[in-house]
Amino acid sequence: MLIHNADRRMQIYGALLLLPAAVLLGTFAYLPTVSTLVNSLFLPGFRGSPPEFVGLENYALLIEDRTFWRVARNNLVYALGTIPTSIALALGMALFVNARLPGRGFVRMAYFTPTILPMIAAANIWMFFYAPQIGLFNKILGTLGLSGVNWLGDPSVALGSVIVMTIWKEAGFFMIFYLAALQSIPPELKEASDLEGTGRWSFFWRVTFPLLMPTTLFVLINALINAVRVVDHLFILTKGGPNNATNLLLYYVYENAFSFFDRTYAATITVVILLVLAVVATVKFTILDRRTHYQ
Amino acid sequence: MNTRLAPTLCGLAAAGLLSAGQAVADDPVELTMYYPIAVGGALTDVIDGLVADFQADHPNISVNAIYAGNYDDTRVRAMSAIEAGDAPQLSVLFSIDLFDLIEQDAIVAFDDLIETDEEREWLDSFYPGLMENGQLDGQTYGIPFQRSTIVLYWNKEAFEAAGLDPETPPENWEEMAEMAAAVREASGGDQWGVMVPSTGYPYWMFQAFAFQNGHRLMSEDGTEVFFDDPASIEALEYWVSLTQEHEAMPDGTIEWGTLRQNFIEQATAMMWHTTGNLTAVRNEASFDFGVAMLPMNTQRGSPTGGGNFYIFNDTTEDEQRAAMTFIRWMTDPERAAAWSIETGYMGVSPAAYETEALRDYVETFPPAAVARDQLEHGTAELSTYQGGRVRRALDNAIQAALTGQMSPEEALNQAQAEAEAALRRYARSR
Repeated sequence: MLIHNADRRMQIYGALLLLPAAVLLGTFAYLPTVSTLVNSLFLPGFRGSPPEFVGLENYALLIEDRTFWRVARNNLVYALGTIPTSIALALGMALFVNARLPGRGFVRMAYFTPTILPMIAAANIWMFFYAPQIGLFNKILGTLGLSGVNWLGDPSVALGSVIVMTIWKEAGFFMIFYLAALQSIPPELKEASDLEGTGRWSFFWRVTFPLLMPTTLFVLINALINAVRVVDHLFILTKGGPNNATNLLLYYVYENAFSFFDRTYAATITVVILLVLAVVATVKFTILDRRTHYQ
Repeated sequence: MNTRLAPTLCGLAAAGLLSAGQAVADDPVELTMYYPIAVGGALTDVIDGLVADFQADHPNISVNAIYAGNYDDTRVRAMSAIEAGDAPQLSVLFSIDLFDLIEQDAIVAFDDLIETDEEREWLDSFYPGLMENGQLDGQTYGIPFQRSTIVLYWNKEAFEAAGLDPETPPENWEEMAEMAAAVREASGGDQWGVMVPSTGYPYWMFQAFAFQNGHRLMSEDGTEVFFDDPASIEALEYWVSLTQEHEAMPDGTIEWGTLRQNFIEQATAMMWHTTGNLTAVRNEASFDFGVAMLPMNTQRGSPTGGGNFYIFNDTTEDEQRAAMTFIRWMTDPERAAAWSIETGYMGVSPAAYETEALRDYVETFPPAAVARDQLEHGTAELSTYQGGRVRRALDNAIQAALTGQMSPEEALNQAQAEAEAALRRYARSR
C-alpha cells in the first residue's frame, strides 16, 4: 500500500515535469499545425463573413499554380546551393582556426562576425555590394577591365547572388559548432596516430571526420531548416524578383498571407512544406541517426 | 477665522469639482499608430518631433508612433496586430490598400466619424486627385499624408557635358530616349542616360508609361484590369526599348532602394522616382539638378502614390475621435507644409501651398512645386480587389519583359490572365 502510494506520487511527479514542455509543444507546434490543416480546406471570407468550406480545392489550385512549382524548384536549388558549401566552408574554417596560428582570436571573430549581424542589416549592406553601377563587386570587376553584372536584377544570376550571401552569413555560425567539437576530440588520438606515422589526410578522414559526424548531422539539420525558413533577406534584396527568380517557399507563404490576404492558400502551401519536412525528419531518424557514432 | 476659511474651502471644493469634471470629459486616450517610410532621409526623427509637438498641444492624448518598414511591412504589422486582438487605432498605410482593408473589414469611414461642419470642411480640403485612392462608394476611408507623384530628376551638369541644354528636360518619350542616348554616348559609356526603377513598385512606374499613352489600367470599382490593351503593350515596349534599342538604360531590373544613390553618384543622368525623395536628393547631390514632370506621349501623366491615414474599427469611439483629432492636426496646412519641406512629399491641400513657409520654400526652390503641378495630370494608383496578387502579376510581367524573358505582349497577356484568375477567386469568396 505504502509502496503503491509512492509509485503514484512518482507518476504524478513525472507528469508534472513533462507538463511545461507538453503545453509549449501543444500550443506552438501541434495546435498551429492542426489549425493550418483545417484552414487549408476553406476559402477566405469576405468582409467578416465566415470562410467557405471547399474541401481540397486549394490543393487543386496549388497543383496548377506555376508560381508554386517555380518557387519550390528555386528552394531546392537554394538548398543544394547553400547547404553543402556552407558546411564544407564551416569545417574548413574551424580546422583552420583550431590550429596554432598567430592572431587566432581575431580570425575566429572575423569569421563569426556575419552571424552576429542581423539579417536585415546584412542584406542592406549586400544590396549595395551588388548594386550594378555603384556596388563594390562591379567596381572591383571594373578595375580589372570587366563590365559588371546586374547581380540581383538579372534572373539568371539573382538566385546565385542570394545563395552566395547566405553562405557568407551561415558558414561562420556553423564553424562555431565544429570548433567546439574539434576541441572536444581527445588529444591522445592525435598523439597515438603520430606514433603510428599516420598522414594528416588519413587522420582527418579516419578519425576526425567520423568523430565530427554528430556535429555534421546537427549542422545539416540546422542548415536545412534555415533553407526552408529563409524569408528576411528576400525582403531587402529582391522581394522574390525579378519575375519570381528568387522567390522561395516561405516568402511565397508570406506573400499569400499578408500581401494577398489569402490566408487559406498560404495554409495550403504550409501544409505541403510540413509534409516535405516530415519526410526529411523520417529519413533523419531512420537512416542518418543509425549511421552516426555518438560518443 | 471662519470667515477666512470659508472661501478657501469653497475654492478647494470648486477646484476638486473642476478637476473631477475634466477627468470625466477628457480621459487620457492612448493611440498606437504604425507608419512606413519608403524614401531616404531620417524621417523617423521628423515623425517623432511632430508627435511630441502634438502631445504638447493635446496633453490628454498620447500617441505611440511605430516605424514599421516599407508599405508592405507596415500593412503586415497592422493586420497582424488586429488579428492578435491588439488593433492599433490608426496607421499610415499604402493609399492603395483601401480595397484590401475593406475586404478585411478593418477600417471605418471618416464620414461616420465627423460631426461638425468644420470637420466636413476639413474632409473636403484636400486635393481631389489625392482623395481618389481613399474613397469608395462615396465614402472616405483614407486621408492623404505622405503622398507623391513620380517626377523626373535630371543632372544639369551631365546634360551640359553631352551638349544638351541643361535647363531643358525632355518633353516627350522620343526626346527622353534621344537625350538619354546622347548622354550615354558623350560619357563614353561611363554614365547611363536614364533609370526607371523596376523593383519595389514596378507596376507604379508602368502605370505612368501606360497613362502617358492614354491608357488607364483598371476600372474605378476595382473589379477589372486592362493590362493586355494595345496601348498598354506599346507602353511596355517603349520602356524596354530604352535598354534594348536606345541602349540608354542598364540591362535587367533597376533597384528601387539604390536608385537614388545611383543618381547622386552620377551613374545616371536622369531618374524617375517619387517626389518623396526630393529633399534627400537635394541634401546629398553635389551637382546642379532639376526636377520636371514626366515626359508625355499622347498626354502627360503620373499616378499618385504614397500613404494615407486610416482609422481602424475594433476601437472605442473615444479612441476613434482622438485618432481623428491627431490626423486633423497632422494634416493641418502648417504641418503639411513643414512635412513637405522636410521630405519632398506633396503638401496635401491647396491651403498648405498658401502657407508662408511653403510659399517661400517653393519660391527659393521651384522643384518643390513640380509634384503638385503634375497633379493636374495625375491618375489614381493601381488599386483593385485582390490588389496584392493583381499587382504582383503585373510586376512579374514587367520584370519578365525588362529582363528579356518574354516579349512585352506575351508578358502582359499572362499578367492579364493571372489577374483575372485572382479576381475570379475573389468574386467567389464575395
